[in-house]
Amino acid sequence: MNAERALLEVEELRVRIGAGAGAVRPVDGVSFRIRRGETFALLGESGCGKSMTALALLRLLPQPGGDIVGGSVKLDGDELLARTERGMRAVRGGRIAMIFQEPMTSLNPVMTIGAQIAESLEQHRGLRGNAARRRVLELLEDVGIPDAARRYGEYPHQLSGGMKQRVMIAIALAGEPDLLIADEPTTALDVTIQAQVLDLIRSLQHKHGMAVLLITHDLGVVSEMADRVAVMYAGELVEQAPRSVFFGRSQHPYSRKLFAALPDSSKREQRLTVIPGTVPPLNREFRGCRFAERCDRAWELCRERRPAWFATGPEQGVRCHLADPALEPSAEVPPAEGEQRRRAPAGAPAPLLEVEDLKVHFPIHRGLFKRVVGHVRAVDGVSLSIPQGQTLALVGESGCGKTTVGKGILQLLRPTGGQVRFEGEELTRLRGEALRRRRSDFQIIFQDPFSSMNPRMNVGDIIEEGMVAQRIGGRAAERRRRVEELLQQVGLRPEQRQRYPHEFSGGQRQRICIARALAVNPKLIVCDEPTSALDVSVQAQILNLLQDLQADMGLSYLFITHDLSVVSYLAERVAVMYLGRIVEAGSVNEVLDTPAHPYTRALLSAVPVISDDGERQVIRLEGDLPSPSNPPSGCHFHPRCPQAGDLCRKSYPQRTWLSAGHEVRCHLFDNRAEH
Amino acid sequence: MIQPVILWTDALVYLLVVVVVLFAFYARGREHLRAPWREVVRSRIAVASLVVLLFYTATGLLDSLHFRKVLPQQDGQQQVQYSGEVLSLLDELLGPMRTQEEKTYSAPFATHLYTKEAIIDADGRQTRDYPRLRYGGAHLADPASEKGADIRQRSLRALGQAGAVLLLLTAILALLLARRWRCSPLVALRRVLAGGSVVPWRTALAFVGLFLLLIALIANLSAWYHMLGTDKVGQDVLYQSIKSIRTGLVIGTLTTLVMLPFAVFLGMMAGYFRGWVDDVIQYLYTTLNSIPGVLLIAAAVLMMQVYMSNHPEMFETMAERADLRLLFLCLILGITSWTGLCRLLRGETLKLRELDYVQAADAFGVGRFTIMVRHLLPNLLHLVLIAVVLDFSGLVLAEAVLSYVGVGVDPTTMSWGNMINRARLEMAREPMVWWSLLAAFAFMFTLVLAANLFSDAVRDAFDPRLRAQR
Repeated sequence: MNAERALLEVEELRVRIGAGAGAVRPVDGVSFRIRRGETFALLGESGCGKSMTALALLRLLPQPGGDIVGGSVKLDGDELLARTERGMRAVRGGRIAMIFQEPMTSLNPVMTIGAQIAESLEQHRGLRGNAARRRVLELLEDVGIPDAARRYGEYPHQLSGGMKQRVMIAIALAGEPDLLIADEPTTALDVTIQAQVLDLIRSLQHKHGMAVLLITHDLGVVSEMADRVAVMYAGELVEQAPRSVFFGRSQHPYSRKLFAALPDSSKREQRLTVIPGTVPPLNREFRGCRFAERCDRAWELCRERRPAWFATGPEQGVRCHLADPALEPSAEVPPAEGEQRRRAPAGAPAPLLEVEDLKVHFPIHRGLFKRVVGHVRAVDGVSLSIPQGQTLALVGESGCGKTTVGKGILQLLRPTGGQVRFEGEELTRLRGEALRRRRSDFQIIFQDPFSSMNPRMNVGDIIEEGMVAQRIGGRAAERRRRVEELLQQVGLRPEQRQRYPHEFSGGQRQRICIARALAVNPKLIVCDEPTSALDVSVQAQILNLLQDLQADMGLSYLFITHDLSVVSYLAERVAVMYLGRIVEAGSVNEVLDTPAHPYTRALLSAVPVISDDGERQVIRLEGDLPSPSNPPSGCHFHPRCPQAGDLCRKSYPQRTWLSAGHEVRCHLFDNRAEH
Repeated sequence: MIQPVILWTDALVYLLVVVVVLFAFYARGREHLRAPWREVVRSRIAVASLVVLLFYTATGLLDSLHFRKVLPQQDGQQQVQYSGEVLSLLDELLGPMRTQEEKTYSAPFATHLYTKEAIIDADGRQTRDYPRLRYGGAHLADPASEKGADIRQRSLRALGQAGAVLLLLTAILALLLARRWRCSPLVALRRVLAGGSVVPWRTALAFVGLFLLLIALIANLSAWYHMLGTDKVGQDVLYQSIKSIRTGLVIGTLTTLVMLPFAVFLGMMAGYFRGWVDDVIQYLYTTLNSIPGVLLIAAAVLMMQVYMSNHPEMFETMAERADLRLLFLCLILGITSWTGLCRLLRGETLKLRELDYVQAADAFGVGRFTIMVRHLLPNLLHLVLIAVVLDFSGLVLAEAVLSYVGVGVDPTTMSWGNMINRARLEMAREPMVWWSLLAAFAFMFTLVLAANLFSDAVRDAFDPRLRAQR
C-alpha cells in the first residue's frame, strides 16, 4: 500500500438489512482505500451491493432494518462509524457529498434551484443572503449552466434531465466536499448528455482536487473516468486493480466475463459470451466462492472454500482460487468465445414491412373547451422498410420519437398520416375485427420487464393470453403444451408456468415477454429497448436468444435502442432518428464506420469506449433535444450542430443518397445529391 | 308454526354473505390476495377488532332471520292467522327483554320507576312515591337489602359459565393447532398462552372470553333486571341497543354494495376509455359532489315517506314498511357516496392503462372488456377493499347523524341514531335520563372503533409502499 495516507479507508465493512433468517447482507466484508483527488470506480451488476456500500459510508441505510454490523470507515483517520448521528450531519454534504442516479426525483419540485443550492450553502458554509447568492451563481457557472442569473429563480420542472443532474452536482459541490460519491450519475441520461456530465465531473475534480467514488455498471464509463477499479460481486469485492491493469489483464473470471459479454461490432459474427444465471440472492450463507455457480472455471474447491484475497501487486488483488499460488489451478477451460453465430439462410429478402412517411401527432389541448392549439410532432414523416428475417435498428436519444414509431407501426397508436404496409396490406386503414385478426403477425417486447406483465396473472396465463385472443392454439390442453414448449424455447422450465412474474429476475421476465410475443407466431417483433433495463451479463443472454430465434424462425426485428454497441452487434441496417425524423439510414457498417450526418457522428463519439489510452475526441453537442411541439426552423438539428450554416436555418434538407443503401438528410451533402 | 318473512334487507345481507364467501374462495387461490390477509391476522389489534366485529356480525345475522308467529286458533276459524308482528331469531333469544315493558323510565338495575307517582296502598291511602317496577327486580321481596347479593350471585354464575365455555374453546383450539403444527396439544396450548404463535391466538381468546362474559351476564341478568334501564315507554334500553346493531351493519355494508358497481365500473370506464366517456362520468360525479349530500338525502327520503304513506296497501306489516325505508336510505347513501372511490379508481386506471402489460394485451387484440376485467380490475381490487373497509365506520356514523336530523331510518326501526335523537329530550329533563345516550354511544363507539382499527390494519397490509419496507 502506498505510504501516503488515504482519504477514505474502508475496512471489512458489513451491512445487514432486516433480522432473522431473512436478513440480507448486501455488503459483506468490503475493504478499499481512496486517495485524495483520485477516481475510484466500484463496478458491478445490480443487486451486488454497490449502492448499499455508498449509503453505508454516509450511514444512510434504509430504515428500519438497515444496520452496519461490522468494519470501520475512516475519513482522514476519523472513524465515521463512531460518530453520533448529529456528528454525521456535518460529514454528509460537508465532507462527503453524494449525487444520485435519478435527477428527476432528487430535486424538490416546489423550490427554486437557487434556493436548493443556497440551502446546502447555509448548512455547510454558513453563507446567507447576498454572499450565498453570489456563491450559488458561481456554482451554477461552475457546473456549466448558462445564464445562471436567470436559472437561479427557476424550478426543477423547467430544466432538462442533464441540467437537473448539473444542479445536483452543484448542490453536492456547495459543501466543498473532499469526496464525491456518484451513484450511477449518468445511467438515466442519454449518451450525448452523459458525455457532458462525465466531462463536467472530471473537470471539477481537477479544479477542486476532490476524490470521486464512482459507482457504475458501465465498463465504458469506468474506462473513461477511473484511476482505479474495484469489482463487486454479491456483496464482496472480487477484484481491485489500477485502470490500465484492469482493462489489460483482469484476473477474476467474473471481470473477464463482463468484458466478453459486451456486444460490439467486432463480435458480429459470434455469439456473445454469457454468464449463465443471475447474481445470487444475498439472504443466504455462502460456503464457497460466491461466483462459483456461474463460473466456467470453477472446480470442487470453489464450491467448498471461500477464496481469500490475494494481493497481486501494489493496490491490486483478486479474490479467486485461480490466483492462489499454492494451488494447482484446474485445467484451463478453452474459452467459449468465438462460437459461430447462427444466421438465417441468406436469400433475396422481400420487404416484410414498409413504412412510408409515417406521422404521429398528438394534439395539445388548452382552455375550457379543450381547443387544439398545436401538435406534438412525435413522429413527423418516417420512412423505413424491413426485409424478411432481418433486423433494422432505430437509434436515437430519449424523446426523439422512436418508441412512438414502434407503436405507430403496430397500430397501438393510430398514425396521423402516412402508410404502413405489412406484407403488402395497408394497416392504417384496418379497423376493428380485421385489425384484431392481423395482430398475431406483429408483436412487441417492452423495455421494462417489471411493468410489462400483469402481476396478478401467472406466467402460463400471461403467455396464453395472445393465443386465446387470437383463437389459435386449439383447446386448453394443446395451449398448455404450447406454453410449455415456448418456455423451453426461451430457456425456462415448463413447470414455471404456474409461477407469478414477481418470482422471476429481470432477465427471466424478459424471456417470458419474448415467449408471450412468440406464442402467436409473429413475423415481425418490435423490440423496444428490450435490454436497457438489464445488466450486461443478462443482456448478452437476451441478445443471443433473439439472435437464435431469428435464425430459427426467420423473424424480423425492429430494434429500438439508444445503445449503439447493441446496434452494431445485432442489426443489419440502422436508422438514426432526431426529433421525429430519420436523419441517416443505411447498413450497419456504412453508418457506424462512415457516419455522414453530424448528429450521427456526435452520437457515436459520445459513447464511452473501452480503450487503454482513454483519450478520444468527443464531438460536444450543446444543449438538449428541442421540444417536438415547437421544432426549430429549417434543419431540426441546426441549433446544436457544430457545422450549421445559413441554409440549415432556413430549410429542411432533402434526402441524399450517399450509396445505394445509405441515405442522409443534411445540407452538407447537398452538392453530392443524386436525388 | 311460523311463517318465514324475507325482508329486502335480509335478502341483500345474505347476498352479501355469499359474496364475501365467494371472494374468500377466490382469494384462497391467489397469493397476492392471501398474503396481505395473512399479514392482517398477525397484528394483535386487528385480531382483537376482528373478534369484536365477528360478534357484532353474528348478532346482526341472527337479527336478519325474520318470521311471523301463528296467532292462537280461535273458534270456528279455518284459516291459520299469522301475527302482524315480525320477529327475528334474535328477538326469540332475547325473549323476556323484549316483552318485559315497564311503564316509563327506569334507571339501570333499578327496582323502582324513575318518576314519582301517586300510589294507592292497601289501606286506600294515597302517597307520592317511586313505584316498584313490574319486572325489574320484581322477584325480590326487599330490594334495598337483597339486590346487591342477588346481582352478585347471578354475576358469579355468569362468570363461571363464560369461563367454562372459554376453557372448552381453548381446548378445541389447542387440538386444532396441535394438528396443524404437528405437536402435542399441550405444547400447542403452552405456545398459544405464552403468546408465541404467529397469529395472536391469545389476544383472540381474551376478547372471545370478554364477549362470552357479556353474553353470560345478559343471559343471567336481563330476565330479572333492566341492565341499561328503560326508556320513556318502558322498553329495555339494552334490547334496543342490541337490535340497533343490525341497522348499523346494514347501513354500513349494503350502502357499499350499492355503491361499488357505480364506483368500480364508472371509474374504470372513465379511466380506460377516456374521451367523451370520461367527460360524461367526470361531469356526473362533479355535479353530484357539489350538491350537499344531506339535502339530497333529505329530499329523497321525504319523497319516499310521502309515497309510502299514500300507498299503505303495499305493506303487509309495519316491519316491511320500515325495512323498505332502511333499504331506501342505503340506496340514497350509496348513490351519493360513490364519487370519492370512483375518482380514486379513475386516477389509478389512468396510470394502469399506460402500463406495458395493458399495451401488450392491446397488441394481442384482446377485447376492451376483457382487458378491463382481467388486467385492470384485479389491479384495482386492493384500493376497492381499502375504501370499503374505511367507508364502513363513516356510514355507521352517518346513519346516526341522519336519524338525529330526522331523515334517517323509520322511527319504528331501532337504531342508535333514533336513540340519540330521543336522548335530546331526555338530557333536557330533570332529573336527567342519561342511560339511553350512553348505551347508544357505547355500542356505536365499540363498533366504529373496531372497524377503524381493523381498516387501518387492512390498509397497511394492502398498501404496496408499506409492503416494500417489510
